[in-house]
Amino acid sequence: MEFGTFLVQCLNALQYGLLLFLVASGLTLIFGIMGVINLAHGSFYMIGAYMAYALAPFVAKWTGGGFFATLAVGLVLSVALGYVLEWAFYSFLYEREHLQQVLMTYGLILVFEELRSILVGNDVHGVKAPDWLAGSIPLGDLMTYPVYRLFISAVCVALAAAMYLVLTRTRLGMMIRAGATNREMVQSLGVDIQFLYRVVFAAGVALAVFAGMIAAPVSSVYPGMGSQVLIICFVVVVIGGIGSVRGALFAALLIGLVDTFGKVVFPHAAGVLVYVMMALILLWKPDGLFKAG
Amino acid sequence: MSAEKLIEARGLHAWYGSSHVLHGVDLLLGRGETVGLLGRNGMGKSTLIRTLLGHVRERDGRISVAGRDVSKARPHEVAKLGVAYVPEGRGIFPNLTVRENLLMAARPSRDGRREWNFERVIETFPRLGQRLDHFGAQLSGGEQQMLSIGRALATNPDAIILDEATEGLAPLIVQEIWRVIGTIRTAGIATMVVDRDYRRVAAESDRVVVLQKGRVVLEGAAKSVRHEELAGFLGV
Repeated sequence: MEFGTFLVQCLNALQYGLLLFLVASGLTLIFGIMGVINLAHGSFYMIGAYMAYALAPFVAKWTGGGFFATLAVGLVLSVALGYVLEWAFYSFLYEREHLQQVLMTYGLILVFEELRSILVGNDVHGVKAPDWLAGSIPLGDLMTYPVYRLFISAVCVALAAAMYLVLTRTRLGMMIRAGATNREMVQSLGVDIQFLYRVVFAAGVALAVFAGMIAAPVSSVYPGMGSQVLIICFVVVVIGGIGSVRGALFAALLIGLVDTFGKVVFPHAAGVLVYVMMALILLWKPDGLFKAG
Repeated sequence: MSAEKLIEARGLHAWYGSSHVLHGVDLLLGRGETVGLLGRNGMGKSTLIRTLLGHVRERDGRISVAGRDVSKARPHEVAKLGVAYVPEGRGIFPNLTVRENLLMAARPSRDGRREWNFERVIETFPRLGQRLDHFGAQLSGGEQQMLSIGRALATNPDAIILDEATEGLAPLIVQEIWRVIGTIRTAGIATMVVDRDYRRVAAESDRVVVLQKGRVVLEGAAKSVRHEELAGFLGV
């Protein structure tokens, strides 16, 4: 493999891994802290991508803004969506068994897909990246790399750093981590756990929606994209260790590398490489690479 | 009892599923008072505490804290009224450091008091000061108990409820915990203490309450209650 190709694949792996982290971090937080298996998490990614496509004309008409204005509006809507969903559905799942959680969240996938079909249709759509991010930068003499993909990586790194700071340096982060291990004690210290859960859930939804929105210009927008990302996100969560955001980051980057280079080096086996890796890691560490917290 | 009522329970019933655990319990904790709650295992002491704190949902009866009706309140609302809890098993967050365990809990009291700030808690438990960056899971049982009490103090409470605070600890650490409970009393914080050492509880308390099968069977000034009588109820 030439150095230029290698570099491009490294950047692709990084971008894919970081984007995966953005979606999976919400999933692992919700799973680790609230104990809810949220099959509908992939749908939030899908909703994000469709928001990037469908909201853009409205945002342009009402505010005159472009891609970033759409991102901002989508982010606000996603927080509201997460907050309402937690209140209306997920708050009833905490004390329930995993089977009931799986059934209800699977039901939500069907509802979201149907709504998507009714509101936007079943066609595949493209989303245009902002003009100033639409170009490419040269890598060596022959290769180029899209600026927009670098932008995605940079945004993901910034969000991962922000998440790290919130979780490790703020009181809210301490409460969230504490809530993962002993919710009764957290309440006895005067923390409204219901509100805390609602905030965490809304943040998890917002991260997935945001990931879908910024991914839309490179992945296009199509039915079923939520289910695809959900499966790989569960692999991230399992490899990283349920509830561990640090583990999710490490696992997502690992999957990004294995998947991207797998397609180049072992194109015939690329589809299973990630799952083989998961099986091997679980044989070595059945609880995943990192512990929650 | 002349002290102003801080926590008052009247006709308290509690259930765990179909099991009726508390049967019309009346209980009072005055401001600045220390009450020893005694009883054999399974007689409802921890259930009573958890019910007072709002953790047992299936409950009936009236509970008030600082004059406010908290019969239907959620646990964080009771905590915010100034009731801190040192649970059986310590309830330390194992994935948070000592510093984080304290900082996440720290808040001024309802009337803005900040007497128990981070520095004062560390002064009271110098051992915690040496382990600030250790995770809760890395502490010994005694250190965890100190952290649990320190964390309760960091909320600047009006009352602390300690459930089996000396359980499973070495005698020297037990002495240390009782010393701290004495400090808490001196600071004017009302305390409710559950402990197996009934002699010590009687010696450190203003009043004792004995529970048997979810009912109060004895209540009185600690000085006037005979140890033989307590021993009879406790089966020791």
